[in-house]
Amino acid sequence: MSRLHITTTVNGDAQEFLCEPGATLLDVLRGPLGLTGSKEGCGSGDCGACTVVLDGEMVCSCLVLAAEAQDRQIATIEGMADGDGLHPLQQKFLEHAALQCGFCTPGFLVAAKALLERNPDPSESEVRYWLAGNLCRCTGYDKIVRAVLAAAADLRQERTVA
Amino acid sequence: MTTAEFHAPASLENAVRLLGAAGARPLAGGTDLIVQLRSGRAAAPSIVDLKRIPGLSGIRRTADGGFAIGAATPATALLADAALAAAWPGVVEGANLIGSVQVRNRATLAGNLCNASPGADSVPPLIAAGARCRVVGPAGERELAVAEVPAGPGRTTLAPGEIVAEILLPPQTGADAYLRLTPRTEMDIAIVGAGAWLELAADGTCSAARIALGAVAPTALLVEAAGAALVGTTLDDAALAAMSAACQAAARPIDDKRGTAAYRTAMAGVLARRAVLKAAERAATRTKA
Repeated sequence: MSRLHITTTVNGDAQEFLCEPGATLLDVLRGPLGLTGSKEGCGSGDCGACTVVLDGEMVCSCLVLAAEAQDRQIATIEGMADGDGLHPLQQKFLEHAALQCGFCTPGFLVAAKALLERNPDPSESEVRYWLAGNLCRCTGYDKIVRAVLAAAADLRQERTVA
Repeated sequence: MTTAEFHAPASLENAVRLLGAAGARPLAGGTDLIVQLRSGRAAAPSIVDLKRIPGLSGIRRTADGGFAIGAATPATALLADAALAAAWPGVVEGANLIGSVQVRNRATLAGNLCNASPGADSVPPLIAAGARCRVVGPAGERELAVAEVPAGPGRTTLAPGEIVAEILLPPQTGADAYLRLTPRTEMDIAIVGAGAWLELAADGTCSAARIALGAVAPTALLVEAAGAALVGTTLDDAALAAMSAACQAAARPIDDKRGTAAYRTAMAGVLARRAVLKAAERAATRTKA
């Protein structure tokens, strides 16, 4: 089985790796690339813990083959904070205690960011529907939804001031 | 996963050649194929990614005023095409009931069709729409009705090496709708799905109709008697009752954890009625505009 040489862009940086033809993007992110923020919950696209953004659209990285990443742009949770400065969503998740074990958190954050980039002022229902593909077994979702709505309000404020 | 080869051809000709190899499988959105490979339910010694083939990603207008949807076009791209979403809301909404946003950013109509799940949400609205597909394979190209593709759960009528390259929607002359029944609103699989397409004449009578059901038989069903029950009527209660009865007579569902056969049969009539009324409302709005 010959390994494939793939060149791609992850969080704005050029990356290259070798992978088996059947390896998933999640396998490669967590393995050779050492980006372990994306989690493997179910491996079947049900839980969203492995959510990343591929060419601008959020996807489950467990359902993308690593070889498909050739010449694509990938954004993961590791690219969300600006150095030591947390993204407003990350800050609000902390303030609202929107996590307990934390396993689902990277996926929720990546998905919520994708929502707020499209819809800066979502309703509670819109947040809940958008995040339906992300499962959390700890929080009961309410704190997550509140944190996303609070981050949206903060980001709108920032935009007005700027 | 025992996949030894990955190919991302840049032309349909190369894809067809590569798919001629034993066990080669086409990859569009991967939301079924990769799950099946990982669980061991399917094997693919060779994977042929269709997403680098120009023309297979995206939606084009056809010469007759309809739409051709490339096999690698994700469900969310259908929503983003305002003309398609306005002409065929039932098809677009059906595709966008599947899975989560993450899944719909990858999942395709052609994949949903060729995975051949009896509960595939985009298939009943496509059948109701009278959609066809352009199939390419080692023997060349042919066109067939979407309804003729599924052969049973997980099986299609396509010959080895053949793929659906495009889904073809005719020009809209009426209106469509798709409704599904699930225990939860998201991330669930249909207990029953009902697609309806109909045309209204200027005086409000129904001049043509097609009704299709999902999740109540080994394949999605075109229920010709249900459509026929509506034609020539004003969609009055008697016509709707006859249409529902035809759906219930055609349904031959199984009992499973999502619902009993009796419940599914009853709901097939209810969902079809609601889908017809929704399509009729859309058709009436369109006639006025």
